Amino acid sequence: MGDMNTQMLDKYRNNFLHEVEEKVDDGHWVKMCMQCGVCAGSCTFGPDWEHTPQKIFMMIRAGKREEVLTSHSMWLCTSCYNCMVRCPRELPITHIMHGLASYAHRLGLAPKNQPTRDFSLIFWDNCTKTGRVNELRMTISVYFREGILSGIKKMWTLRNIGRGLFFAKRLNPMELFVSHGCKDKDGLRRALKKADEIEARRRGYAVQPRGYS
Amino acid sequence: MADMKTAAYICKGCGIGERVDTAQMAKVATKEGKMHLVREHDFLCSAAGVQTISDDIEKEGVTHAVIAACSRRAKTEAFNFTNIALSRANIREGVIWAQPDTEEARETTQEMADDYLRMGCGELKKMKLPAGVAETGHTKRLLVVGGGVSGLTAALEASRTGYQVVLVEKSAKLGGWSAEMYKRMPFREPYAEPQDTGMAELIKEVSDDPNIKVITNAVIGRTDGAPGRFKVDINVESGPSVSEEVGAIIQATGFTTYDIGKLPELGGGKSPNVIDQAGLERMASEAAAKGLAMRRPSDGGEIKCVVFVQCAGQRDETGKHLSYCSGFCCGASIKQAMYFKDANPGVDTAVIYDDLRVPGNGEDFYRSAQSKGVTFTKGKVTAVEAKGEVCEVKFRDLILDEDATIAAADLVVLATGQVPNSGVNIDIPAEEVEKMEVKPISILNLTYRQGKDMPQLAHGFTDSHFICFPYETRRTGIYSAGPVRRPMDMAQATEDATGATLKAIQAMENAALGRAAHPRSGDLSYPIVQLDGCTQCKRCTVECPFGAIDEDEKTYPVFNESRCRRCGTCMGACPVRVISFENYSCDTVGAQIKAVDVPDEFSEKPRILVLACENDAYPAIDMAGMQKNCYSAFVRVIPVRCLGSVNAIWITDALSAGFDGIMMLGCKHGDDYQCHFVKGSELASVRMSKIDDTLKQLSLETERVISHEVAITDMGRVPQLINDYAAKINEIGMSPLKGFA
Ligand code: SF4
Ligand code: SF4
Ligand code: SF4
Ligand code: SF4
Repeated sequence: MGDMNTQMLDKYRNNFLHEVEEKVDDGHWVKMCMQCGVCAGSCTFGPDWEHTPQKIFMMIRAGKREEVLTSHSMWLCTSCYNCMVRCPRELPITHIMHGLASYAHRLGLAPKNQPTRDFSLIFWDNCTKTGRVNELRMTISVYFREGILSGIKKMWTLRNIGRGLFFAKRLNPMELFVSHGCKDKDGLRRALKKADEIEARRRGYAVQPRGYS
Repeated sequence: MADMKTAAYICKGCGIGERVDTAQMAKVATKEGKMHLVREHDFLCSAAGVQTISDDIEKEGVTHAVIAACSRRAKTEAFNFTNIALSRANIREGVIWAQPDTEEARETTQEMADDYLRMGCGELKKMKLPAGVAETGHTKRLLVVGGGVSGLTAALEASRTGYQVVLVEKSAKLGGWSAEMYKRMPFREPYAEPQDTGMAELIKEVSDDPNIKVITNAVIGRTDGAPGRFKVDINVESGPSVSEEVGAIIQATGFTTYDIGKLPELGGGKSPNVIDQAGLERMASEAAAKGLAMRRPSDGGEIKCVVFVQCAGQRDETGKHLSYCSGFCCGASIKQAMYFKDANPGVDTAVIYDDLRVPGNGEDFYRSAQSKGVTFTKGKVTAVEAKGEVCEVKFRDLILDEDATIAAADLVVLATGQVPNSGVNIDIPAEEVEKMEVKPISILNLTYRQGKDMPQLAHGFTDSHFICFPYETRRTGIYSAGPVRRPMDMAQATEDATGATLKAIQAMENAALGRAAHPRSGDLSYPIVQLDGCTQCKRCTVECPFGAIDEDEKTYPVFNESRCRRCGTCMGACPVRVISFENYSCDTVGAQIKAVDVPDEFSEKPRILVLACENDAYPAIDMAGMQKNCYSAFVRVIPVRCLGSVNAIWITDALSAGFDGIMMLGCKHGDDYQCHFVKGSELASVRMSKIDDTLKQLSLETERVISHEVAITDMGRVPQLINDYAAKINEIGMSPLKGFA
């Protein structure tokens, strides 16, 4: 992954805006921002962010590649779409946030141990394996991602909820061992592979197997 | 006046008959008003009612009539009798609609109606039917000074409307700045691409037009006369000077670009690679003519990076440069950045702005530039330094709040502003002009006593009634158009020139008929001065806002009727009251004041005189009535042409007649004036500030005379002002001067 970063650095030299336009989902919209700040004022997370969407866009234009791609900011977006419906220039801000996050991840620049990122990976892994989300396995993976002790602690705190779910027949412990799958697992994998190829072609990436095991 | 036959018509329609006793009013008109003929009518503005009046004029020989019905602002078409002197007593809007319909109010309502009729009768007997100006000019040729886009448009519009034009241009060729431009901002859908300026066609059309006489390399040597009969000497650079007679003048002398030499910190004058927007237009036109790309001025190198610096020497708070925003330069930079992007998308173009101001449809144009990849950065440029063949641009990024640098700009374009070509500032005293190193050069060289050019507004822009009537100036028949009036772009200048042309045409037509121009357009009355009483105090000459009055050798005032707007400011100024109009004079208003029946001091019925500007305050009072916003029944309202026309004698008359208070309601004055006559309400307020002494001498409270600024939209506020004042009068008590008259 680090290789890809060097590749892109080489290709775009100091034109980060151009890189974003070509590589990031909806990245071509960034140049259309008029810096009015409406998104910054609308974001539910506004005060907690390092950089608001407005600033992220300005930083992209100012060529601050490293700072943008290693930032936690776009990972914090909750997809509330507040900014997007208000932007007078109609930028698909939420989508750009996700596009940036995904690109940063692809280049290996996304911050380590970023909870949103970790969760996303676990989720993806979990659901592409069988074509269905196995909630029990996913929960356990998320709880235990920082080690056994913290996992046990988290489970202990939520034990009553777990019990409730069990009695309401919303939680089946057997799922831990036998995972339900969708009907045509192979078909799903083929579809995802195809999607990957298409994306790679469009964005000019080398197709890399993402391991849909 | 033997041949005066007076008549009063009292209407009973619109509820007047139910609310007041019209028979009683008829008695007032006959006994007190001494009208020769008095008629009541059920519906006076109907065809039958109007016919009654017409018949009386024809058969009975009525010469003067008072109509006691609706406001003088209503039914003007029905009551349009141009062959008699006419006065209107406002019984509908001013009395029955402005008073509550209650039993208790009946008596005071009737008193109001009777008084307004008395006042109408009084005024009528002092009025004459205006005969019109005898000495009129009939020239309907238009002089246009300046051959840029504004001047060319004005000339062409006038010619298309059927008027002859003389177009004078200082330089050797027509077109001005616009002709040097490569392209212009888009002025029609989809507002996305720079467009052809169209100047070549415009210049050709003007040059080929048989109605337009173009004189280049020429300036105005002298302008004399008045609307309809200006005599203009045109000095041609090489050759004999030309004399032309014209009816109106449009000054479209445009602007000069702010000198970038004054901006060394932005690299102005320090590097050939730092230019202004006009410079870039020239570069672009030259390159396009040769079919080549633009090259770096210093060495002909390739241009890879261009930086546009917005507000260069503009919106300056330090007082060193222009303090205003020229409004066009953001759009111009957007356009110019596109010159580069359209030719080669690989060129970096950065616009560094503080606020990007793109009025009108410029927003679409801005978006178009963004999608072409022009970079916009909110920032303030702190320094531009030449480093070899490139420039380093340092700026503060105002979004990221940090210092930033563009290391190698091949070209830096400064968005400097427009400085108006206004001529001499007539408000600077001659002694100071003496001391100036560079003597200002006049454009119009008017022979007016008030000075050689039009007055100037803030920042040296040429006169304009900025808020209400942008094309109007204080020199009748002379109009300003284009960037000389306020900064603007080509599209705005085109519109401006068209508007000014229509105004100029109106002025010429009115002048030929001996009538006033805006805002009393069509008025036939004009100031008549009784010179044998004149003390040569020069107040009228100095105070006339329109430069209509000159002086003769003995310093007597010489009125130029065609330059006069009929505001009456001179009449208000004259201490010996020798200036009057046929239908509006110290006597017509004085007679109304004296006609009011003032009850004695024990009656508990004070009387308040309201002198209301007919342009704004009077309509506002009318509209208050229309909305049934009632106000005190103790006021008697007299419309005046302008507060500037209020003569101090009226105040004295009213106070000695026993009025308890006087309210003067006029337009806003000051820098953002709304006074239709520009200076009238301001002069009134200056004069009023001196009234306090008079009041004190008479041992009267200073609150007995007050004034307020009232706008036409104040129909809610005006009744409140009146009522508050009535309460105030109640508090200070009745005037001690009652009963001495
Ligand atoms: S609301 Fe839209 S235009 Fe405004 S700053 Fe945010 S992204 Fe830019
Ligand atoms: S969608 Fe994301 S970036 Fe936009 S307001 Fe919501 S949380 Fe903020
Ligand atoms: S139009 Fe733009 S560049 Fe020109 S003065 Fe105004 S804000 Fe500045
Ligand atoms: S003050 Fe008014 S009325 Fe008098 S001459 Fe001047 S423009 Fe005419």
